[in-house]
Amino acid sequence: MRVGGTGSDRGGSAMVFVLAVPGSAGHSGAVSLTESPAALATALARAGYLADDGLTTAGFLARRLGRPLFLEGEAGVGKTSFASALAATDGVELIRLQCYEGLDVAQALYDWDFPRQILHLRTLEATGVTDAGVLEDGLYDRRFLLARPLLRALESAPCVLLIDEVDRADDEFEAYLLELLADWAVTIPEVGRVVARTPPTTVITSNRTREVHDALKRRCLYHWVDHPDLEREAAILRLRLPEATERLTAQVAAVAVRLREMDLVKPPGVAESIDWAQALHVLGADRLTPELAEVTLGAALKVREDLDRVSPRLPALVAEG
Amino acid sequence: MAGPATDAMPALLAFVARVRRAGVPASPDRVQACAAALDALGPAQLYWAGRLTLCGCADDVARYDEAYRAWSDGVAPRGPARPGGKPRRIAVPFGLDGEEGTADGDRTTPLAARASGQEMLRHRDLAELSTVERDEVRRLLALLRPAAPRRPARRYRAAPDGRVDPRGSLVALRRTMGEPVRLAYRRRRDRPRRLILLVDVSGSMAPYADALLRLGHAAVLTAPAAAEVFTFGTRLTRVTRALRHRDPDVALAAAGAVVPDWHGGTRLGTALGTFIRRYGHPGLARRAIVVVCSDGWERGDPAELAAAMARLRRLAHRVLWVTPHRDRPGFEPTAAGLAAVLPYLDALVAGHSLDALSELLREVGRNA
Repeated sequence: MRVGGTGSDRGGSAMVFVLAVPGSAGHSGAVSLTESPAALATALARAGYLADDGLTTAGFLARRLGRPLFLEGEAGVGKTSFASALAATDGVELIRLQCYEGLDVAQALYDWDFPRQILHLRTLEATGVTDAGVLEDGLYDRRFLLARPLLRALESAPCVLLIDEVDRADDEFEAYLLELLADWAVTIPEVGRVVARTPPTTVITSNRTREVHDALKRRCLYHWVDHPDLEREAAILRLRLPEATERLTAQVAAVAVRLREMDLVKPPGVAESIDWAQALHVLGADRLTPELAEVTLGAALKVREDLDRVSPRLPALVAEG
Repeated sequence: MAGPATDAMPALLAFVARVRRAGVPASPDRVQACAAALDALGPAQLYWAGRLTLCGCADDVARYDEAYRAWSDGVAPRGPARPGGKPRRIAVPFGLDGEEGTADGDRTTPLAARASGQEMLRHRDLAELSTVERDEVRRLLALLRPAAPRRPARRYRAAPDGRVDPRGSLVALRRTMGEPVRLAYRRRRDRPRRLILLVDVSGSMAPYADALLRLGHAAVLTAPAAAEVFTFGTRLTRVTRALRHRDPDVALAAAGAVVPDWHGGTRLGTALGTFIRRYGHPGLARRAIVVVCSDGWERGDPAELAAAMARLRRLAHRVLWVTPHRDRPGFEPTAAGLAAVLPYLDALVAGHSLDALSELLREVGRNA
């Protein structure tokens, strides 16, 4: 539980990393795999994620400078999957904290396992232990501490910590994050201070439903993730669906790009175009036709107004694609 | 952290100065991060090193791009984007007594005049005020505390009149070494509903936009985490950040600097559509109280506006519309836009005078 004593419960993987990064304690993640943005791009592509220059550079700097990466962008542009791809390139664990309203320390950081503590007390009583000091010491043992994502990230670093949709959490929660992101340490009153051996690579995402406080953003690298261009989107589809025909993926990418230009309520993200191409592939299509597009459009567009607007224009869209 | 070679520093600072002039508020610690990023990436990557560290939101990125383009093209910097220094402030005598003539008359008259002056002012149309009256209205506006009603939240608080709290009871159990002495009770907390003000700043609303934005400023100060203010005319601008300053005049000046379309035309339907697409649908308008302040003069297609309002109605908790003309004699919602949105409103409120604005606040605060 104390500094450096984290290998025991997570066994092998932590050991491997201690060996892989000799003498780099205190220096923020100079993992050999990612010596330049280009090397990171290659590694990400191998993990199934095609990132553009901006995102690659952002990921590279996040590690090199030990700063959290704050990603904003429309839903479905691949903010969350970027974090899992980062974890995959290093072969480390991805620890995800999904934010929601009312999220508090007990769910994000740590909590005591009350039922087990009570059980422990009863057992001690039954065996005749009456010394208050012994009872109390036993009560706040590490095994009764439930590590929630943030504490887990501190203990098992190096890892990738994903704080997803931070705008959904209350603004009080940002204050906790500030403290954590500043020194990569938390203080648990009954136990003491827990410090990460090396800062976890941290990715924070936001959908902008609320302006996140500047104090938090200031500690981060900021990147706005755009929809990919036509070429990259086609490449992404090919990479994710190697079994689909190249013609189909190219057509789906082209139509998706056109749809995003149409000022829809919810333009399809990359996630949606992957879904759509997959749906078409499952139906046995080797190319996109207006009829097939019509019946599968629900994979790409999820708002009725959008469907009503796009349906009549589908033949033209498909023909252009 | 080792900085870049010392001779690169002046060039970087000059670049940062340019970026700041373009409107990106790059704080010193951001500049430090930029230097570190440049060091890690090499000087050829100035664009990304700067963009990732100096920018703080999507709007910053656009301004940064512009500054970078100008920098790399070697264009001489333009003058400052906004007038510097403190905004001009006019000293206003308290009440209307500055206007009420000499002090050598009957001692009771000025007081009575002041009270009735203020009373009259409450009902005066904001478009017909003199400068002194307007300043008085501004002072009164700054005293308003617009607050949305509260809604139940996810978290609980201890409450003796609530229901049994299993977790809390267990904690109490631990304190008494496992003896169930006391049960804990809990009840849901509540939080303010989000209040969203959409203020029309087009030409036809010019006399009222200032007062409405001041109302927005008061709302942002009252509930900083639960109020959002947007302006729209030909385009939509989020001004919440600009309105955060305590002083209403400074905040209004800051808002004025970021709004590009003062006193222009309106495209209501397009503006509301943009609001829904960029903010409302992704989550901002959900469970919120949305107040649209506009006279409803729509130059575009009323059908587009009606569709946008129908959508907003489904997203938001309540939708209120403020028009300065409601209490005018012979008012009918005939403006093409207003007629189209009427079926989707929870309330149509007047907004032409101080009194009408207080009425609006009562409507906003109503628990419905």
